[in-house]
Amino acid sequence: MEASVRKELTELARKVRVGVIESTNAARCGHPGGSLSIAEIVAWLYFREMRVDPKAPQDPDRDRFVLSKGHTAPALYTALALRGFFPWEELFTLRKLGTRLQGHPSMHALDCIDMSTGSLGQGVSTACGMALAAKLDRKDYRVYTVIGDGESEEGQVWEAAMFAAHYRLDNLCAVFDLNGLQIDGEVKKVMNIAPMADKLRAFGWEVCEINGHDFDEIERAFETARQTKGRPTAILSHSVKGKGVSFMENQAAWHGKATSPEEYEKAMAELTAAREA
Amino acid sequence: MAEKKATREALGDGLKALGASMPELVVLTADLAETTRAEYFRRAFPDRFFNCGIQEGNMMGVAAGLAAAGKTVFATTFAMFAAGRAFEQIRNSIAYPGLNVKIAATHAGISVGEDGASHQCNEDIGLMRTLPGMTIVNPADYTEALFAVEACARLKTPCYLRFGRAAVPDLSAGEAGYRFEIGRGRLLREGTDVTVIATGLTVSMALEAAQLLANEGISAEVINIHTVKPLDTALICRSAAKTGCVLTAEEHNIIGGLGSAVAEALSESCPIPLTRVGMPDCWGESGSAAALLEKYGLTPADLARQTKAAIAKKKA
Repeated sequence: MEASVRKELTELARKVRVGVIESTNAARCGHPGGSLSIAEIVAWLYFREMRVDPKAPQDPDRDRFVLSKGHTAPALYTALALRGFFPWEELFTLRKLGTRLQGHPSMHALDCIDMSTGSLGQGVSTACGMALAAKLDRKDYRVYTVIGDGESEEGQVWEAAMFAAHYRLDNLCAVFDLNGLQIDGEVKKVMNIAPMADKLRAFGWEVCEINGHDFDEIERAFETARQTKGRPTAILSHSVKGKGVSFMENQAAWHGKATSPEEYEKAMAELTAAREA
Repeated sequence: MAEKKATREALGDGLKALGASMPELVVLTADLAETTRAEYFRRAFPDRFFNCGIQEGNMMGVAAGLAAAGKTVFATTFAMFAAGRAFEQIRNSIAYPGLNVKIAATHAGISVGEDGASHQCNEDIGLMRTLPGMTIVNPADYTEALFAVEACARLKTPCYLRFGRAAVPDLSAGEAGYRFEIGRGRLLREGTDVTVIATGLTVSMALEAAQLLANEGISAEVINIHTVKPLDTALICRSAAKTGCVLTAEEHNIIGGLGSAVAEALSESCPIPLTRVGMPDCWGESGSAAALLEKYGLTPADLARQTKAAIAKKKA
């Protein structure tokens, strides 16, 4: 990857983190931890990977995105705002009465959301349905989904994993955001999901393991997904929950709460410093 | 006597008939192609049929994704595993986004028979009725079910269609000018002493009961509510106001189903005495469909007896 591209993407991921902090702070609630861990992934998807057009959000030939871990909507909303689907200012309406930015993504509230999500474990199934529709219609659009590691404890994720391999959905790419934490603590202590790579390979998936904050690795993984034929691809994205805000990093407590005024100032100062760095 | 045929036959026949004119129609099943009769569609349109294996939750999600991408999807399985097991997937992935998915649930109610209580879904209408925007159709016979499949397929919103395993008289086949309209109840027999409101398999029983009552000089009005939601409140209240008492009959728990829906409508719009006949908040058991219907009071003779009791309430 060229240095200028990496720099541009790094700045986009930083802006995603700013949007996450700004919007959850304005809402006085929300889920910053798991939103910060997918900043690079959503920046890559909406700026490099997916064929989408802010002027035609319902284009039938567009690539689709399903945020299965729907509680991390602030990251998705910020990526959409940055990509031009709606103004940045709208991020400050997050979770407020009358907003298009529902606490969990709603496709009826906001036309650039491809699937309503929020109840964990359902997004891989709906993404499978879209990928199957593309095959039926002989269209070349691709379907992407991001799943949490705690979420992967849900049985439906594995039903869908079986289904995607059975119907050879090579137009489906599922990113597992492995930040290692869920509400009650460490995933490996609450309900161990390891070994994910072995499990997914056994289910018939192509598997790439990457550092989810490294754009060179992200680029290679999505390239592999595009080249893989006859089976779906899983990108195991090892990440840091709360990434980019020092006091949130690797803290399960930051799964689902917003910053206090002091914490907000500190987080914004860190993210501003990251731009100047 | 009308020919007897299970309503699930109409699911298979209806889907197969629609397949050619609706290229966007996709049918899913969860290892129950043969017995739900979705198999008839598979044989005609194998490219648009997908078996999801025994994973109903995933099937509802796949259906939602297909619908979001422009397909009209029928997801077929038993009522127990559709409304019951996959309730939350139906709620969050289909009903909340308002997607074009038809949940086609067969083997509903106690007429499932020998399989017993684990498979006798008497809760599905209640569960589905609480979901905003969900249309619920419970056809009375084969011909009505055939029309219901087509009407729901043409609706762009979520629908729950309920079909039975047991063969029932195809009364609608013999009806000249039969017309099916979602949300519009059907006045099958006019009467003045009592209104009997039935749905699904109990409709033919209600008509037989009305004949028994007529032999005793009692005039019962019979209404077929094939669409439990949206409910034809206008028709129900008009009839109730005329006769002064109502009896509901359904192959479902009296809590949550047709009886509840009618009770809500009556008590808000035209309060009059109501008797609900159905599964009296109890579990079913193994036995032949006929034996079970008899044990739990779903026969024409039982309905006639209960109807007389309903009329007595009016006089009290």
